[in-house]
Amino acid sequence: MSILALHDVCKSFGPTPVLSGISLEIQPGEVVGIVGFSGAGKSTLIALLAGLVLPDRGQVTFHGKEVRAPGPERGVVFQNYSLLPWLTAYENVSLAVEQVFCDWTKEKQRAQTERFIHMVGLEHASERKPAQLSGGMRQRVALARALAADPEVLLMDEPLSALDALTRGTLQDSLERIARASGKTIVLVTNDVDEAILLADRILPLSAGPAATLGPEFSVHIPRPRERRALNLLPEFRHLRSGIIDYLLSSKRSRPSAAAATP
Amino acid sequence: MQNEVVKAPPVRATDLSGSARSRVPSPLERTLGNAALPLIGVGAVLLLWAAASATFLDSLPSPHKTWDVSRLYILEPFEKRGELDQGILRFTWYSLQRVTKGYVIAILIGAPLGLLLGMSKLFRGSFDPIIQILRPVSPLAWLPLGLVIFHKPEPAGIFTIAMCSMWPTVLNTALGVRAVPQDYLNVARVLKLSRAKTLFKIMLPAALPYMFTGFRLSLGIAWLVIVAAEMLTGAPGVGGFLWQEYNALIYEHIILCILTIGIVGFVLDRLMGLVEKRLRAA
Repeated sequence: MSILALHDVCKSFGPTPVLSGISLEIQPGEVVGIVGFSGAGKSTLIALLAGLVLPDRGQVTFHGKEVRAPGPERGVVFQNYSLLPWLTAYENVSLAVEQVFCDWTKEKQRAQTERFIHMVGLEHASERKPAQLSGGMRQRVALARALAADPEVLLMDEPLSALDALTRGTLQDSLERIARASGKTIVLVTNDVDEAILLADRILPLSAGPAATLGPEFSVHIPRPRERRALNLLPEFRHLRSGIIDYLLSSKRSRPSAAAATP
Repeated sequence: MQNEVVKAPPVRATDLSGSARSRVPSPLERTLGNAALPLIGVGAVLLLWAAASATFLDSLPSPHKTWDVSRLYILEPFEKRGELDQGILRFTWYSLQRVTKGYVIAILIGAPLGLLLGMSKLFRGSFDPIIQILRPVSPLAWLPLGLVIFHKPEPAGIFTIAMCSMWPTVLNTALGVRAVPQDYLNVARVLKLSRAKTLFKIMLPAALPYMFTGFRLSLGIAWLVIVAAEMLTGAPGVGGFLWQEYNALIYEHIILCILTIGIVGFVLDRLMGLVEKRLRAA
């Protein structure tokens, strides 16, 4: 039985239809990648999965029950990190731990916080405030915060988009390692097809907006662990990549109005 | 050709250090430099004042006369020779005490009011028009109402200070709350933080810079109002002394009071700025 699912979901903002007829079932333990253009509705999709917005039509279900509000069991890593600037990295993570595990002892809470700070490799910088951290480090804190709450599903909204290409590459490797180690169900939304192929078990392209729909599924049969540089040499990788990009580009071409709609 | 080594011209030590003007200034030089322009400005105003009082504004006391008549009050600032005849800093102290009382009340009422305005659309819709109408009311209008309610000049003055100075705090706090990024609120929602925790852990820290702007503006207004309030009620303080000296025809003291009011207001604002910096860094 799927852990998180969208059933024919439609969402509009004002007169503009953003998503139309989206159906998706996410199985426990899998990593699902959703790729698409900027402005296609990827963030809206994550918001719907998280429960931050409600669909106009259709249903979002979690363990078969309708999602009416967000919660820590569907953890979110936001595109802009959303770290609280007046708290240190440690305090940002412990905020989540103390809230979700309020009945634990202080020692247990501290151990949990430190475990995830260690997992993302920020032990040496945990007393710094976000302003004193680089973009990559901030995103790692955001990841630690989401994971420390022990969510059942991790929803990632373009987590690496705000980073430069080199940092992005390094963090993709870290993400691959952490995802594999934690075994969590992950929905990753990204505009980088390579990133999706590196991290996901299956990829669903989101057509160009408005009224975006999910395109055909692309299964990624490349065995793990996946090494970013070695990936480029695999024919399967190139095959997947061209297939997904072809679909995305053709979905844009067949929508002349999309050129006017996207920013 | 390939064996020729092209030599660059030798770099002289003076090329690197440059002229004397680009040398780093010493702390003394920097202090003098910073003070130089303001001193020039003050000097120019003093000259203008002296010239004006000597010529077309002959009813205005000259700087020299002002100093002569005020000397006692400045050099013995804490003396008390009589209820209405005290050193200038003693008067200032009375005024500051009143300001503090009124200001604290203004903040204690204004900040929560601002929070409510920022957080609740319903509250905002209901009370924003009333606040916009009350905001432009001058202290001179509130004071008689204060006297009617409290019968005594002291509480009436404090009431007036509170009513006039709370608005920047109210409005800036409301603005700060509404300016909290939706991202932070989404973090609170995903973690299922209670409304109280969202307020204290996320909204208040995020709105604090705006609130501080409000606090600073409110303090400025409070100090402004106390002078008017004292003038109207005759209570001992800088404003009271000013009005009393006007009635006693000792006009030099009016100028003394004006200068004192200005300097104290400036110092208060600077102190607030320091407090703000300390809290931001924390």
